[in-house]
Amino acid sequence: MRLPCPCCGDRDIREFTYRGAALARPGEGAGIDRWDDYLHLRDNPAGAVRDLWYHGGGCGAWLVVERDTVTHAVDGARLAAEGL
Amino acid sequence: MRVEGYGLVDRARPVRFSFDGQGHEGFAGDTLASALLAGGMRLMGRSFKYHRPRGVFTCGSEEPSALMTVGDTPNVRATVQEVFAGLEARSQNAWPSLKWDALEVNDLLSPFLGAGFYYKTFMGPHRLWERLFEPVIRRAAGLGALSGARDAARYEKAFAHCDLLVIGAGPAGLMAALVAARSGAEVILADEGARMGGRMLLEDEEVGGLPGTLWADEVLAELAALPNVRLMPRTTVTGAYDHGTYGALERVALHLPDGDAPRECFWRIVARRAVLAAGAIERPIAHPGNDRPGVMLAGAVRGYLHRYGVAAGKRVVVFANNDDAHRTVQDLHAAGVRVAAVVDSRPEVPRDAPWPVHAGAVVAATRGRLGLEAVQVRGAGREIWIEADCLAVSGGWNPALHLTSHMGARPVWNEAIAAFVPLPGAVPGLEAAGAAAGVMDTAGCLADGLRAGKAALKALGRRTKAVSLPEAVAEVGGIDAFWQVQAKGRAWLDLQNDVTTKDVALAAQENFRSVEHMKRYTTQGMATDQGKTSNVTALAVLADATGRSIPATGTTTFRPPYTPVSIAAMGAGALGDGFAPQRFTTSDSAARQRGAPMIEAGLWYRPSYFPAPGEATWREASDREVGMVRQAVGVTDVSTLGKIDVQGRDAGRFLDFVYTGRMSTLKPGRVRYGLMLREDGHVMDDGTAARLNDGHYLITTTTAAAGQVMQHLDFVAQVLRPDLDVSLMSVTEQWAQFAVAGPRALELVNAVTDAEITDAEWPFMSCGAVPVAGVAGRLFRISFSGERGYEIAVPARYGESLWRLLVAQAEMLGGGPYGMEALNVLRIEKGFLTHAELHGRTTAFDLGMQGMLKSEGDFIGKAGAARPGLLADDREQLVGLRPVGAVKQLLAGAHLFEAGAEAVRENSQGYVTSAGYSPTLQSYLGLAFLKGGRARLGETVRMVDHLRSVQTLCEVVAPQVFDAGGGRMRG
Repeated sequence: MRLPCPCCGDRDIREFTYRGAALARPGEGAGIDRWDDYLHLRDNPAGAVRDLWYHGGGCGAWLVVERDTVTHAVDGARLAAEGL
Repeated sequence: MRVEGYGLVDRARPVRFSFDGQGHEGFAGDTLASALLAGGMRLMGRSFKYHRPRGVFTCGSEEPSALMTVGDTPNVRATVQEVFAGLEARSQNAWPSLKWDALEVNDLLSPFLGAGFYYKTFMGPHRLWERLFEPVIRRAAGLGALSGARDAARYEKAFAHCDLLVIGAGPAGLMAALVAARSGAEVILADEGARMGGRMLLEDEEVGGLPGTLWADEVLAELAALPNVRLMPRTTVTGAYDHGTYGALERVALHLPDGDAPRECFWRIVARRAVLAAGAIERPIAHPGNDRPGVMLAGAVRGYLHRYGVAAGKRVVVFANNDDAHRTVQDLHAAGVRVAAVVDSRPEVPRDAPWPVHAGAVVAATRGRLGLEAVQVRGAGREIWIEADCLAVSGGWNPALHLTSHMGARPVWNEAIAAFVPLPGAVPGLEAAGAAAGVMDTAGCLADGLRAGKAALKALGRRTKAVSLPEAVAEVGGIDAFWQVQAKGRAWLDLQNDVTTKDVALAAQENFRSVEHMKRYTTQGMATDQGKTSNVTALAVLADATGRSIPATGTTTFRPPYTPVSIAAMGAGALGDGFAPQRFTTSDSAARQRGAPMIEAGLWYRPSYFPAPGEATWREASDREVGMVRQAVGVTDVSTLGKIDVQGRDAGRFLDFVYTGRMSTLKPGRVRYGLMLREDGHVMDDGTAARLNDGHYLITTTTAAAGQVMQHLDFVAQVLRPDLDVSLMSVTEQWAQFAVAGPRALELVNAVTDAEITDAEWPFMSCGAVPVAGVAGRLFRISFSGERGYEIAVPARYGESLWRLLVAQAEMLGGGPYGMEALNVLRIEKGFLTHAELHGRTTAFDLGMQGMLKSEGDFIGKAGAARPGLLADDREQLVGLRPVGAVKQLLAGAHLFEAGAEAVRENSQGYVTSAGYSPTLQSYLGLAFLKGGRARLGETVRMVDHLRSVQTLCEVVAPQVFDAGGGRMRG
């Protein structure tokens, strides 16, 4: 598997660490249900997903990767710093 | 026997080797199989279950039968292994000898040993299975055995990138590679053979007016001369993976005596496009007695003749359902090999030939104990026996489409060639061409290879240079699907796992009707050859037994690897020291010189203790070092702790967000202890934050969590708080840092710093720049021992020098270096934490640090830590333990119970995380988590270690037992 790092180009999967779905962190004062959702509840879709990967073996950038869990196609990756 | 004028072996270069201790001779270019066949050897092994005599069946990597042990490597395919001088091969699964195998008795028992026999037979008590049945079965069945010795040979792994990977160097692969190479693409052409050319090497055909082998050699010579082409012979592409990644195994030196070169190299090839031109694999017809040595595939018999100049027999019978097998007849006849009969299952076959032709007939039985002696031909209502020492069988050809299934796709049935063909687009970027795509004539293969090469170039956005198509044989032979002969006796499908047509029928009868169930019930296709020659036939037999068509029956998919890959090659370089990177501090060699045993701390190596003359045990050394720090001064290397440089206008605000405490209010020149939580409210790590300047902090992490914390901070900075102006940089390896601790620490620091250090300017928890022996260093007044403590940092290149200087000066003050054992005891005496306590399931509340969570402002883990369940009074809380009974020992990992309660899991009140002997207090001390522990100080609990059989009564005390007020470290 390979991911297209916006800084480094196409790189082997072993340079990256997977984190999970790209979710927005609840703001200060958010209710406990909102936090429970953010911390524990995940969809497990067959199809398009958007998740976070860390290019720790490369540039150190956090990426939002769009890919498909059925076809394994990777549609693209961009810097998470530009927004989820 | 050799046939004069045939073969590509070098008859001027004889090669001596041995098989089962007997000397044999082959020629350079021979495989083990071809050389043994040339010597008239047909018996080459014993079968897996029934110990039936077996010979060679194919002439390629699909070989199911002729497996041998070569040197120390079991299950080597004799059809792949090239001979070299001194090669030693041994037969497998036979005792006392290949000719007289005692376990041949299994064959007599075969009525009881059919598919699933052990499910039905060994229904006894579970214990009998483990102690009796399984060991007996394992001994009786099986192929080669591992030696048990460590594999001392070298292996390699490597990476390659290209525009186009061409898999297979037959007519289709060569054309695809040629057009891509001429057009300037970076091409890798991989072929599993020692010599490239594919089927061209096994046929007598002309291509472009030249003999096929010469045409292939010309193309290969052109490719070899191009700088954008890498030819990889002896390289099997074993797997297709996501995004154009392919695994490949190169047999680098398996054809040579052991030397300096690695035996094998496992390649990861990343290709923008790929062409699968792996050809096709012939399949047999299942008929009774079809496993005797001498029964071979028709294309293989032809191949041995053309490639190796070997006639597989003196009297050959050919049995087929297709025209292609008739080429074997013609070629054998032309070479002067006697064709005793041609048996064709099709009624409409021309009979005007110089050999007897039996149209509409089948082979219904065979004879011969250790090798074929005669075949029974049944047709036109009569049965006759024909003497033969070789039966060449063909049931048609299956495209070698395996790689197209590696990502889950199933192939599709093509009625015209009675075979499965690849599903187009099954592997993105990979296209099958030639016989692998179901194109069965040479001219068609050349054209299809050219087409696939051009298609790849188009996808790569490259212009295509002209390549002309050479002329070649353009006729596709006819075939009438024919799978099994209905006759008495066992007809084999999977020769390696001893699966017969009866086994498949039995599976269907017992309702294992789906192909996946049949496969697992019978073990069809589950041996090392993965059923390359037998799967489709077995499927057809199942379809027949269940009254369905083949497409309706479906097929199993193929998974990587295509052929066996040795674990040694995949794991090359990862044995012993290569298992993980090793990180060494600047004081490493100095510590080892003093005889310090090194222990692993993550990837780092740290000294356990520094033995002194006369000390017999580690405890003596550790006790001395603890006393040294408490009474004089000790030095230890703390460079392994993570150091992260945090800079930027918002550095303070950023740290406020990642620590539970407030770092933005820290004054330059001051240090503060900090706790980091995960978002779920549990503690991630602890450490210090030192403010060097307004917008410049240096934070430390524990050794173990340095990487995790760096990743976490990057996450927070980039994903959660991109609004903050902050830059992060790991500087762990840039700075060597040494802790100086003890009542005389200030004297030692002043012995190495250029400026005088005073308590007035350097109070507890201060930091700043300081010149150290002429070098710009840093000083931090912090303590992990509870004594007056400093940490001195210098750029790493001065680390070893400063270490030696500090140790020498310390010894003049009655001190010296101390290791991890002493460091651990010192911190347990103080109740300081490590990852034994911060193990990922503890909260600040559990640790008694709830007060460190600031109430104003958001930070990571704030909401999570406030969840009610994490603040319950009965949670396990950090306490200290001191033994109070007769037994004085405390052990980490032991559980705690109420003094009178039974020591069973349900009664566990908590567990010990750290323990050690404190020479300072002359007692074992422990840190533990105990239910509601903070309210239980003074209680007596029982520590029980069932593993080491230790029970100790302990008093629950506060975690800090030594100098609880902290007066010693504040100075």
